[in-house]
Amino acid sequence: MAEQVFAYIKHDQGVADDSALELIVAAKKIYPDASVTAVVTGAGSDLDTICNEMAATYNAVWKIDNDALAYPNAEVVRKALVNILPADSIVLLPHDTFGMDLGPGLAIKMDSAFVADVVDIEGIDNGTLKVIRQEFSGMASAHVTCDISGGAVMNIRPGVNQPDESKSGGGEVVDKSGEAGDLSTKRTYLEIVEAEAGDVDITKSEVLVSVGRGIEDEDNVEMVFDLAKAMGADVSCSRPIVDAKWLEKSRQVGTSGQTVKPKVYMAMGISGSFQHLGGIKGNPFIVAVNKNPKAPIFQVADVGIEADILEFIPELTEAIEGL
Amino acid sequence: MEILVCVKRVPDTSENEIEINSAGNDIERDDLVYSVNEWDNYAVEEAIQIVDKVGGSVTVVTVGDDESEEVLRREMAMGANNGILLSDDAFEGSDGKGIATILKAAVEKGNYDLIMTGAQADEGAAQVGGMLAAMLDYPYASLVNLIEAGDGKLKVGREIEGGNQEMNDIEMPCVLSIQTGINEPRYVGIRGIRKVASVEIPTMGASDLGVDAAAVGAGAAKVKRVDYFVPDMGEGAEMLEGSTEEIIAKLIEYLKAKGGLK
Ligand SMILES: Cc1cc2nc3c(=O)[nH]c(=O)nc-3n(C[C@H](O)[C@H](O)[C@H](O)COP(=O)(O)OP(=O)(O)OC[C@H]3O[C@@H](n4cnc5c(N)ncnc54)[C@H](O)[C@@H]3O)c2cc1C
Ligand SMILES: Nc1ncnc2c1ncn2[C@@H]1O[C@H](COP(=O)(O)O)[C@@H](O)[C@H]1O
Repeated sequence: MAEQVFAYIKHDQGVADDSALELIVAAKKIYPDASVTAVVTGAGSDLDTICNEMAATYNAVWKIDNDALAYPNAEVVRKALVNILPADSIVLLPHDTFGMDLGPGLAIKMDSAFVADVVDIEGIDNGTLKVIRQEFSGMASAHVTCDISGGAVMNIRPGVNQPDESKSGGGEVVDKSGEAGDLSTKRTYLEIVEAEAGDVDITKSEVLVSVGRGIEDEDNVEMVFDLAKAMGADVSCSRPIVDAKWLEKSRQVGTSGQTVKPKVYMAMGISGSFQHLGGIKGNPFIVAVNKNPKAPIFQVADVGIEADILEFIPELTEAIEGL
Repeated sequence: MEILVCVKRVPDTSENEIEINSAGNDIERDDLVYSVNEWDNYAVEEAIQIVDKVGGSVTVVTVGDDESEEVLRREMAMGANNGILLSDDAFEGSDGKGIATILKAAVEKGNYDLIMTGAQADEGAAQVGGMLAAMLDYPYASLVNLIEAGDGKLKVGREIEGGNQEMNDIEMPCVLSIQTGINEPRYVGIRGIRKVASVEIPTMGASDLGVDAAAVGAGAAKVKRVDYFVPDMGEGAEMLEGSTEEIIAKLIEYLKAKGGLK
């Protein structure tokens, strides 16, 4: 029998998350012949839409319909999964704010191994799985082995696997709602508070000068505005600049900030973490300026310059102003 | 409120270029600058602010070696009341589950209402908090960027995609992992460090904690790093070379061609 792997399908308002069609690709990297089951939890009619959609791609779909699962509170989802999944299962989740909330605790409750933020999967040898991870904000890659003999929960980095658009699953939807069991928890979901809009909408900008921790000091942020003005660009930033309250949250690019789709993106003193890059879409021309030639941003940039931005930015501004 | 904050000593990636050693089994550790994991500073600051408001005490704990004591001292200079070092040869090579197992034993030695971790540390795993909560059977919320203390429970905000905030009620005792930006961690000067320089920090090993040495350390680890390597990332960026004038001239040509100048 082919090995069984489960993928948790994230969805919102009847739309499946991008990770939904990526996880099956990761599953097949573990066992090429895997029979992959999509697990879809929720409540109401949206749930059936998602289940039917997933049945086209996955070998089977397990549906868990329960009012307690209307919002995917990881603590509630965990209880349902622990009650329903067979022991020693391999469970795949996206490594996003939901997967981070759910994965580690699920692995403990299922008494299985846990591997976070998997960027690639090399395959299995003797019950041991070999995967690739990154450490130190992407500055070092590592091979990691995981003993999956007692099952595993793995969080797969979003975007690293091309989605499976083949629709060659032909699975059936199985209603597992009756097995969900007691779903009471000590954490109660209340509401979503939407992020506030700022004075500029960087999601509409064609040219962005984006500043990161390399700017070193609040007083230096002004030079970035000078450059942006000379270029006719808007200013965006990485997360540490917002954490330090040097710029407003609405200017943050990344998974927990804005998704931007400019033509040109200038990354100034930004290392290039996956959460930052996750907010850059539409394949812009990326220019990276960084004093560390090994910074991961240079792997995704089109043009790179090894320089100290505190010196480089004023010189570039002056040159552009002189055009 | 009695609060325990888990902290880790990590290489400071904003101060160091991380290089892989020639054997490929570790990064170059000589000359590395270490500091407290960025996220943990936010957790300690938040704990101090809660205790300032509602009373209680803040204890910081780390699993590490003798050198890890310095991060406890730093957090005590910030204002944490107590520090505990969990150190034993048997702990070496623990995976996330091993670390959580050790921390669980330390939690059970105390009487804490709230346990905090950072959202993630140097390995980018974001796992220890959630594992610890599940082992303790406490409720858990990750990526917390807002805490309001209530009676027997907390109202917490979790930062989710797009910078939106997911509000939850959570009963205590509980475990929270803290996201950066929740507060502005206070500055610790040399004088603050000096003040706590001679404070006694207790060390506990496997037997003090009642941890079965076979359940932690390299032997128990199901997840193991085999090696570090430099990935073949294809072409990467075209690096502009030459004098600053030449680089800027080339860059401006590119910007003009790509629509980067208006
Ligand atoms: C759940 C979660 C969500 C997140 N969401 C986001 C997000 O939406 N957006 C985001 O950006 N991050 C996000 N992060 C944080 C992310 O992991 C990184 O910590 C962050 O992106 C790093 O920002 P940075 O590149 O500016 O800083 P660093 O990683 O510290 O990099 C600074 C860079 O500047 C260079 N540098 C330093 N000084 C100079 C100088 N003088 N001249 C030139 N270069 C210099 C350094 O070599 C380094 O490469 C998130 C993290 C988590 C856990
Ligand atoms: N060795 C350790 N000692 C104490 N706390 C730790 C240790 N390792 C991880 N943690 C805690 O767990 C959080 C998340 O780390 P990680 O799961 O390794 O990404 C950190 O921010 C710390 O709060």
